[in-house]
Amino acid sequence: MQDLEKLQKKMRPAMVEGDHSLGSVSDKIGDVTLKKRTPFFWFVGFGIAFMIAQCLLMTTTWLLAKGVGIWGNNQPIGWAFPIINFVWWIGIGHAGTLISAILLLLNQKWRTSINRFAEAMTLFAVACAGMFPLLHTGRPWLAVYWLFPIPNTMGIWPQFRSPLIWDVFAVSTYATVSLLFWYVGLIPDFATLRDRAKSKYFRFVYAALCWGWRGSARHWHRYEIAYLILAGLSTPLVLSVHSIVSLDFSVSQVPGWHATIFPPYFVAGAIFAGFAMVLILCIPLRILYNMKDLITETHLIYMGKVMLATGLIVVYGYAMEAFFAWYSASPTELFMIRNRIWEGPYWMFYWMLIFCNGISIQFLWFKRFRESPFWLFVISIIVSIGMWLERFVIIITSLSRDFLPSSWGMFSPTVFDITMFLGTIGFFFSLIFLFVRFVPIISIFEVRTLLPEANVHGHQQDFEENVVEIEETYDRTDPPNS
Amino acid sequence: MAQIFNKSANNIAKISMVMVVVLAGGAFYFYTQIARSSYLTGRYLEKQQPVQFSHKHHVGDDGIDCRYCHQTVETTASAGMPPTQTCMNCHSQLWADSPYLEPVRASYRDNKPIEWERVHDLPEYAYFNHSIHVAKGVGCSTCHGQIDNMPAVYQENTLQMEWCINCHKNPEQFIRPKSEIYNMQWQDGDINAAERAKLKTDYKIRSREMMTSCSTCHR
Repeated sequence: MQDLEKLQKKMRPAMVEGDHSLGSVSDKIGDVTLKKRTPFFWFVGFGIAFMIAQCLLMTTTWLLAKGVGIWGNNQPIGWAFPIINFVWWIGIGHAGTLISAILLLLNQKWRTSINRFAEAMTLFAVACAGMFPLLHTGRPWLAVYWLFPIPNTMGIWPQFRSPLIWDVFAVSTYATVSLLFWYVGLIPDFATLRDRAKSKYFRFVYAALCWGWRGSARHWHRYEIAYLILAGLSTPLVLSVHSIVSLDFSVSQVPGWHATIFPPYFVAGAIFAGFAMVLILCIPLRILYNMKDLITETHLIYMGKVMLATGLIVVYGYAMEAFFAWYSASPTELFMIRNRIWEGPYWMFYWMLIFCNGISIQFLWFKRFRESPFWLFVISIIVSIGMWLERFVIIITSLSRDFLPSSWGMFSPTVFDITMFLGTIGFFFSLIFLFVRFVPIISIFEVRTLLPEANVHGHQQDFEENVVEIEETYDRTDPPNS
Repeated sequence: MAQIFNKSANNIAKISMVMVVVLAGGAFYFYTQIARSSYLTGRYLEKQQPVQFSHKHHVGDDGIDCRYCHQTVETTASAGMPPTQTCMNCHSQLWADSPYLEPVRASYRDNKPIEWERVHDLPEYAYFNHSIHVAKGVGCSTCHGQIDNMPAVYQENTLQMEWCINCHKNPEQFIRPKSEIYNMQWQDGDINAAERAKLKTDYKIRSREMMTSCSTCHR
């Protein structure tokens, strides 16, 4: 019997716990949007988030009235909080795309109950990210021709050799494909909500959103094709977007930026930060909405493992940055790393970064921490802070001490730098709360495919194969009769 | 359950998909045309001047050379506006009693320049120099049009950057021999492409990179 237990352990754990049927899944997820009264904590949470979002509104208004001088960035540190926050938010978005596209193509069943809100998180994070470069231009309404190649009366085009313009394309493609992917995935669920909605108004809205979905075989056939195509389109984007963001730095010659490791190191960092944010969102969500049977501990453990793996790649990146500086034998590079780690004015941030991203994740090697939602939550928050610090260290230490000592300078944020960043966090969580209230937070129809009822034919075979395997094992080792 | 939408919703959905593209494209095209319209550029709009001075009469009928009045066009950034004394060279004798010329005589008597309305107004951030353009074979009419046909001078071109840069990219399409600079009837086709290419070499016009570099015009 020990072997049987061992084998059962090797088999993938169930991704839906509890006694669920096709109908009960629809009830459970759909009722959050349709039937249940809006819970008290929703009003509290949305209220707080929305109040914080007002910081963004006020800072933006003041910014447009006065110009970017209200921020702390100035020569030599022309890129400060705006780009730090941009890279931070864009990175957070990456987990959503990874979960929705790559895990779909790899046929990972555990993506199913977390992909919907991870994708929503991607969209909202990209929305927050996009604001920073746009507002950093000072006059966004004039920036259109700097950013996009539109025919203008000056007869000039953006500099296509600059990664900054690649960035515009990468991020806008990413936002478009993510939105389409999210929306296409929502269509069958909107149809479910339409059929279940009692109020005429909601029925009308959901009916409009689901584009006349009736769930016919032809609809499903087309849906599957569209979804796969979109998954195929988003998969390269997971890698390309943050690679291009990293080129903003590594194409320049600033010491500490000009390194070939940047693209993979940034992509790993993005997925790392993204999974941390998914955990930050889904750990409270599964408790507050009592979704522990759909977002199981297995989900959390898997995400913890992804975080550990990508975190280790990021730590490898930190080690390589130091190694490259030494191996290049370039005095400016060597000075940069010495300055960053212990000689410079910002050395403390480096060590905070190493603690947040390097040391905190080592706990994930241990089952005790991996299996505890509380510790996962704590580590995720530390990682989110760490990823922000990473961009701070890269941008601020390198710009504050470049080649010429005469152009060295210091950076400190003004109150508007901070309110702008806080404001986007409030904006992000406001959107998340609205999403949780009005859209099914978990993909209803995809979770239904995980139930035993949905696998009467195809997966029965798998099950039988497993049984055969188990019986064969018995034959070889320990006959069950003995 | 009854259908929420009537069957016509299918058509509305399809039409709206097409219309979004058509309307967005139309709006964009409309915008590009507005941006180049004379409403925004002042192109073709005649200006009311303090004196009813006609270039058509002085240049076209009388054949006065441009440089008689705009003396510094070959040597300085500004082509130069003539002092009232230049007008009085002739008009102390010709039409000396004409009421039309009273503002000119008043200016001469009081030693107070005539305040002409500027027709071609480049923004201050654009560095423009007449002398270099003349020296490199850009004729007056290339930019100003056929002044000898204009009773009241108007702006012949948009003066937008795309118009400047169009010539800076391909100067060989617009230059002419030195002898023809002040010829108002000159057309770009009057000499062939090979001759123009040779002119470009002879004038030592700089490379395209240099000609379209930001700091060539924005200093």
